[in-house]
Amino acid sequence: MSDILTIKNLRVEGRPPGGTYVPIVKGVSLNVAKGEVLALIGESGSGKSTISLASMGFARPGCRISGGEIWLNGRDIMKLSPHDRHALRGNEVSYVAQSAAASFNPALRIGKQVIEAPLWHGAGDAATLTATAVDLYRKLDLPNPDTVGNKFPHQVSGGQLQRLMAAMAMSCGPDLLILDEPTTALDVTTQIEVLKAFKDIIRDQGTAAIYVTHDLAVVAQVADRILVLKNGEMVEEGPTAQILHDPQHEYTRTLMAAVRPAPHLVDHVDASAAQAPVISARNITAGYGALTILSDVSVDVPAASVVGVIGESGCGKSTLARVVAGLTPLREGEIKLDGKVAAPSVKDRPRDTLKDCQIVFQMADTALNPRQRIGDILGRPLEFYQGLKGRARLDKVGELLELVDLPRSFASRFPGELSGGQKQRINLARALAADPKVILCDEVTSALDTVVAAGVIDLLKTLKDKLGVAYMFISHDLSTVASFADEVVVLYAGRVVEKGPSKAVFSPPFHPYTKLLLSSVPEMRQGWLEGVADTGEAKAASAGSVVIGAKGCPFSNRCTHVISGTCDTVAPPLRVLSDGLEIACHLPTGELPDRGL
Amino acid sequence: MHRIILTRLAQGVLTLLLASIIIFGATEILPGDVAEAILGQSRTEEALATLREEMGLNRPAIVRYFDWLGGMVQGDLGTSLATKRPVADMIESRMWNTLRLALLAAAISVPLSLALGLWSAMRAGGRVDKTLAMTTLALIAVPEFFIGLILMKVFAVELKWLSASANTRPYFDFWQNARALALPVATLSFAVLAHMMRMTRSSVINIFTSPYMEMAALKGLPKRRLVVLHALPNALSPILTVIALNLSYMVSGVIIVETVFGVPGLTRLLVDGVTLRDIPLIQACAMIFGAVYILLNLLADVLSIMANPRLRYPK
Repeated sequence: MSDILTIKNLRVEGRPPGGTYVPIVKGVSLNVAKGEVLALIGESGSGKSTISLASMGFARPGCRISGGEIWLNGRDIMKLSPHDRHALRGNEVSYVAQSAAASFNPALRIGKQVIEAPLWHGAGDAATLTATAVDLYRKLDLPNPDTVGNKFPHQVSGGQLQRLMAAMAMSCGPDLLILDEPTTALDVTTQIEVLKAFKDIIRDQGTAAIYVTHDLAVVAQVADRILVLKNGEMVEEGPTAQILHDPQHEYTRTLMAAVRPAPHLVDHVDASAAQAPVISARNITAGYGALTILSDVSVDVPAASVVGVIGESGCGKSTLARVVAGLTPLREGEIKLDGKVAAPSVKDRPRDTLKDCQIVFQMADTALNPRQRIGDILGRPLEFYQGLKGRARLDKVGELLELVDLPRSFASRFPGELSGGQKQRINLARALAADPKVILCDEVTSALDTVVAAGVIDLLKTLKDKLGVAYMFISHDLSTVASFADEVVVLYAGRVVEKGPSKAVFSPPFHPYTKLLLSSVPEMRQGWLEGVADTGEAKAASAGSVVIGAKGCPFSNRCTHVISGTCDTVAPPLRVLSDGLEIACHLPTGELPDRGL
Repeated sequence: MHRIILTRLAQGVLTLLLASIIIFGATEILPGDVAEAILGQSRTEEALATLREEMGLNRPAIVRYFDWLGGMVQGDLGTSLATKRPVADMIESRMWNTLRLALLAAAISVPLSLALGLWSAMRAGGRVDKTLAMTTLALIAVPEFFIGLILMKVFAVELKWLSASANTRPYFDFWQNARALALPVATLSFAVLAHMMRMTRSSVINIFTSPYMEMAALKGLPKRRLVVLHALPNALSPILTVIALNLSYMVSGVIIVETVFGVPGLTRLLVDGVTLRDIPLIQACAMIFGAVYILLNLLADVLSIMANPRLRYPK
């Protein structure tokens, strides 16, 4: 096999604004053969994205390729003129980014963007290229392949956009494809279709590919070889099976150890004795403008316990947190915080009520004011809720920092000087400053690396035991929820489809939707993807999409067990099964899905 | 989208109504009234009372406001106190002079500032960018009359290429008109260029950091195409707003240019009106300036709504 790409001793440097250049990639060598998929894995900051971009001769603003050779199709592209190097991009090598939603220009029609590169490089006229693109859309199983190109990016769903981005990358018939975390931002259910589409298209076209990810289960499905990176240096390289099952290097073993077992295999927390609920949300209906997202949702969070909320994006998980916090006022229903009825809007809640219920957001970066020191960020709620000033406030800031395992000296730093995991700890400390009874955690670990996320979860557990605080833990990561939550609520299209103790929800019988979610979580087993993508369940699920406000059962358009005439007309009520498990499904208890995991 | 545009239009009308109240109120609190202004020093109490009665000035302010507003809506701008001619006639002849200057200056400065803004965005931090920034800042920092005088000194007095007076005559041919208007148009353009150019530059540079710009760069497209095709459409909204503000400034804020180059325009009419306490004239001019501001800003808003595909094509 001939190598499409050979990188020898690559060095890349980066410069923070106003600073001096520091090395990011310290002499990495790799090669990719035709039809081969090489995975680059490692934590954020390991240089995997930088290396993948460098293979196009590209460095992000503030970075520069300072040494090494990059051979693409038999020539060193660093020796080419900038003009000739530009001519390679979108021609011989193309790129698929992490977030399609952010990578499509919102002001241009999709079709125009898909054929832009080959059109520019003179690979054909617009009509021929559009015809080729439509063929690609068809191959990628996109709905309405003939017309989807005329739409704007905001008019199609996230999973479809991600596949459209694959079409955009393939439209120029590249020899090398760079995939930079292409499924990380997707729901597990969508991830399956997209992964399958990537894999098929790489196989059909015989393209060489570099696949950048931190998700080892995904790597197991797509990669032929794996290269493990740490701090810009290669740690280990080998065939996929060897790296996954027989890692040689200490660091690779650490990475493997941080992988959480599948949700149904976790040792579940035993539900503790019933406590009085700190959050009691009854029959909540809420939404934005004319749109109703949540309908008739009831959730209890007992004191000092963890209630996990799971479901795909767009199902109302974050809206539920916002409604409980009063950020999005509810339309119908009632919320009790610590036994007292809370006003629908946060503006009307007295300070004591606000104090009891705090929220931590997903994006640690954007939740912290970059111009305020950590001491001020934490000091402000201390002053507001507890009236602490001066010396007392300063001491308490120190205590809070120690509580979240950070040194007291961090008080004088700015958020920009902290890592992602440290910022999230600050956010947690900010919530703890109010001394709350419950904290709403909205995807708090989703933007973090596996190892760092595991650290934050451990911290949450410690704080729960030490302070007796309860969590409403919203996440799309089922494995984390399974290992951490006492109780689980499954939301679909703004309704509760299943809820109960963690153990009961994650073991049979399942609601068909819960079953779909669980079977969609990637496993480390190679070949898992082919098995799961061909099931009727996955096909039915990818055929439909989440419909808010549907008549009847909202899941009926994606369910293999659908009873026509019943499911699409009558909304199933929640009914109590054994062990406090409640399921909203028309199927008789005996016929609910129970096996196959 | 139609709904958003209609709401915005309604807001525009409301703003204009508010402006009319403020203008009427402002002329109301000025010391002395129209009757005193007409009679001047030679007034007697009796004459004042008679004239007030005649002109209906004894009626309550609110009645007179609606009377005035009603006239405005029907195109009756009142009668000038100083000349006894209908205000509409006086304004009509002046309006064209001001509008011609503004339109010419806009036709030159808007495309020029967009082009220069995009150019310096493409070369951000480079020599072109720094030179342009310095030049345009210098132009905005120096008062307009000074720039006007320097231009006049160089091109009209020393080189004798262009005319120092912008007072055109109906029998002028194209070149004579161009000679007469070149300097005031240039002065006016210099005054607004920097603002629009810097806004274009910074809005486009803001877009540069978005992932879709990196995506477009990785397609191997040249910077030119990135900036014009990918960045500009997303940066339009703030640029349009600044253009609208500057265009309306060109209509209502050109008093200095009109004075320096002797253009018989609207702003000079307004200043004359103030000197002569010609209240109907002041009110009419102020309303026209207000309407231009509101209309241009409205236009900018409607255009940015229409330029946004999210609003044009809802899901």
